[in-house]
This record gives sequence, structure tokens and C-alpha cells, in this order.
Amino acid sequence: MLKDIDLSIQKGEFVSILGPSGCGKSTLLSMIAGLVPATSGDIIVDGKKVTKPGKDRGMVFQQAALFPWMNVTENVMFPLRKEMSRKEGQERAHHFLKMVQLSNYPSHYPHELSGGMQQRVSIARSLAMDPAVLLMDEPFGALDEQTRSRLHGQLEEIWIDTKKTIVFVTHSISESIKLSDRILVMGTRPGTILTDITVDIPRPREQHRQEIATLEEQIMGLLKTEIDKVIDEEQAYEAGH
Amino acid sequence: MKPAIKRIIFFAALIVFWELGSRFELWHETILPSPVSVYDSLVAGFADMTLVYDLIASFRRLLIGLIAAVIIGTGVGILLARSKTADETLGTLVLALQSVPSIVWLPLAMMWFGLGEGSIIFVVILGGTFVMILNVRTGIKNVDPLFIKAARTMGSNGLDLFIKVIIPASVPYFVTGARLAWAFAWRALMAGELLSSGPGLGYTLRYASDFGNMSLVIGVMIIIGVVGAIVDLLIFQRIEKNVLKRWGLET
Repeated sequence: MLKDIDLSIQKGEFVSILGPSGCGKSTLLSMIAGLVPATSGDIIVDGKKVTKPGKDRGMVFQQAALFPWMNVTENVMFPLRKEMSRKEGQERAHHFLKMVQLSNYPSHYPHELSGGMQQRVSIARSLAMDPAVLLMDEPFGALDEQTRSRLHGQLEEIWIDTKKTIVFVTHSISESIKLSDRILVMGTRPGTILTDITVDIPRPREQHRQEIATLEEQIMGLLKTEIDKVIDEEQAYEAGH
Repeated sequence: MKPAIKRIIFFAALIVFWELGSRFELWHETILPSPVSVYDSLVAGFADMTLVYDLIASFRRLLIGLIAAVIIGTGVGILLARSKTADETLGTLVLALQSVPSIVWLPLAMMWFGLGEGSIIFVVILGGTFVMILNVRTGIKNVDPLFIKAARTMGSNGLDLFIKVIIPASVPYFVTGARLAWAFAWRALMAGELLSSGPGLGYTLRYASDFGNMSLVIGVMIIIGVVGAIVDLLIFQRIEKNVLKRWGLET
């Protein structure tokens, strides 16, 4: 599915992996997380080879994946329970819930929260492990436009505050431009990195509409070729049958 | 109108119709005794404590049988969910046995455990166990893979993953399994008691039938139905509803 991926990400960098559905961008992220083994080649995070999932790589999925039988605080404490006392864990959970502006909901259960709030808890839960890298797999894909836009702002702030390395998978061009230092545009069949774009638009980026629009068009052009390729292949396949 | 009020009106109408039918002799008293005589025999049964002892005896068997069924069912269910070989062999047997009404085991049970408590409890255990096994097995197999993935990225695996994530995630299935186990066990208990010695609700029902005491027969039937409905509505459905809500499975 993936082929010839050679990629290095700097500490503290916000990198987006952008591509059409089916290009393997989520698979690549799962490989970094250690959830999916790579058939060949190595993934090194912080000098260590990835063989299995670990707390040095936090993962935020498209669905918040909170445990419904635990309240907000207990969810955030889940990855901490073996390394610190309950009290320390609670304090830490509180700190990160505050960071995602949910410290008012420590005892709520996931089903009592909106989708956006659940996703923020999920982000707090990953950050609480203090991972070297935060992997995000279309984390805002299931949310409505306003919520997504608000969470973009929050995520940017958290990233600036914590200086975490973030690898962010998305199919939204504007989302990737809004958030990242670098955009890796992926092509499909086989999934491979087409272009590595450095985004040097100064933050906050809302004020630089012209630059955003130009970059958006440039990436759109790149992706259009890829999407056309998929459609052509599909039509050729249909014609052959 | 509230459902409770609708229910009261419905049951009142039913009893009035039944009583009027008896008064105007639409049917003979020996075929279907009137509500008043059913009531009288129930009062008499509770006054001389026979029905109280019956209830205690029946509940004792039920409780022992149900607890055993839930424990065995959980254990075997976990085994079937975790071991493919067990599922392909023992699982098939469980599926086959589940379709056998547990009361047909009574003749064998009597050979093994004699005519008393042992065989009835055995039949009750069988009544509840299979449905519990199948629900636990399904619950563990159907845990959202996303929960497992998320837990693994947070450093959980092996036994910790199983106890902290997989088991709690399948709690809704455990509860449904226990509710169905109770329903099957209750039916098995009544069938078992009908065919064995007393005390017990089923035994009293047969005893009344042997003496042509149809009002007591109906009285015991009503007790069986009321107990069944109360336990199901007030205990199991409530727990199930709360769990489904908490687990986000009900909107």
C-alpha cells in the first residue's frame, strides 16, 4: 500500500500528511504509532526503533475513543495509572483538562459531552502521557465546521505552549495550511509522498488570506492529478469488464 | 395519559370482565374460577404460610442456580471468545445444547442427583448457563477495535488490556446475558418444580391441580407471572437501561 517513504520530522515540528482517501496516510500514521507493522524499513522515534505501540507516541483518532465507563478525569488518568499515585494522576489530569478548557467537567461521562468536547478530552488524555510526538488521525473530521475551527485555534495554542511534535493526518487542504509548518502531500497507488511543502506563512495565519489562497490552489492542482489518476484507473477497470 | 394509569385501567377492566363472566356463568367455576375465589385461595395460602415457604424455597433454588449459571457462563464465555479452538469445538456444543429446553435434562439429573434439590438446581443452572455463555462470548468479541487500539497506544496490553478495557467494554452484553439467564432459569425452575417434590411454587401448583383446586392453580400462576415481571422490569431492565445509556449505546 505504501512505497518508498523516506521522511524525517524535526522535534517540535507540526507536520500534516495530506492526501486523497485511500492513499495510506492513516496507515502511515498507524505504523508510526506501532499499531500496524511495516513490511520493510524502519521507523525511528526519538532514537528508538518502533516495534510496538508505546507511550512516547500519543494517538488521537477521528473518534474520541474515550472509555464510556470512565468519567473525564478517569479517562485522562488511564495512561498514567501505573506510573504515579492516584493523587498525582488527578492533578496531572486536571492540568491537561485545563489546557483543553474542560476543567469544569471532571466528573462528566463521555456520553454527556458533545463530539468536540470528547475530542478535547482525547487530546488531553494523549498529552497527559507526555509523548515525544502526538499523532492525530483526522481528529476533527467528524465535527461540524464551527467546532472544528475553534479546535484548530486551541490545538495551535497547545502546540505553541507544549512545543510537542505533531503529525497530523487530514484530507482537508485548508486545515493543513492553517495548522502546519510542513505539508507532506501524498499520492495514491502506491501511496507515496509527492511533495514536501514548507509553509512559511506567519502565525496567526487568518490575516494572510492571499498567501493561504495561493498555496491552497497549488496543492489543489497537485491533488487533482492524483484524483484524476484514480478515476482513470477505475474507469479503465470498469471498461475492461 | 401516563402508562401506569393505562395499565391500571386495563387490568381492572380485565378483572371486572373475568368476574362478571363467572357471575353470569358464561363458564363453569371448575373450568375457570372467578377472581374472587382466586383471591380467597391466595389469601388462605399466604395465611397458612404455605405460599410463603414455597416462595422462599423457589427463590433459594433460583438464586443458587442463577449465580452458578452467571459464573459458569462468564468463564466459558470468556474461554470461547479468547480461544479459537475452544470456540470451534466447545462453542458448537454450547450452541447445540442451547436449543435444548433445559427441563429435558431432568430425567438424567434425577439419576445423578436424586429426586430432590440437586436435580432442580441442576436444571436451573443449565437453563441460565448457555444464554450467558453466548452473550459473554459475543460481548467480548464485539468490543470496538478502536478502544483496543486507543488502549494499546496508551501502553496497555495483555492481561491489563483484557481486564481494564475489554471486560468493561463488554459489560452491556454481560447485563443482557444475566437478564436472559434469569428469564430462562425462572422458566426452568417452574418446570423442574412441577415434576419434583416440594416445597416450591411449581410443586404447589401441581399439588393443587391433583386436588382439582383450580383457583389455587391460577393463584400460583399469577404469582409466577408477577414475580417474573417484577424482577425483569424493576431490576434487570433498569440496570440494562442505565448501562446502555452510560456506555453510549442508547440515544
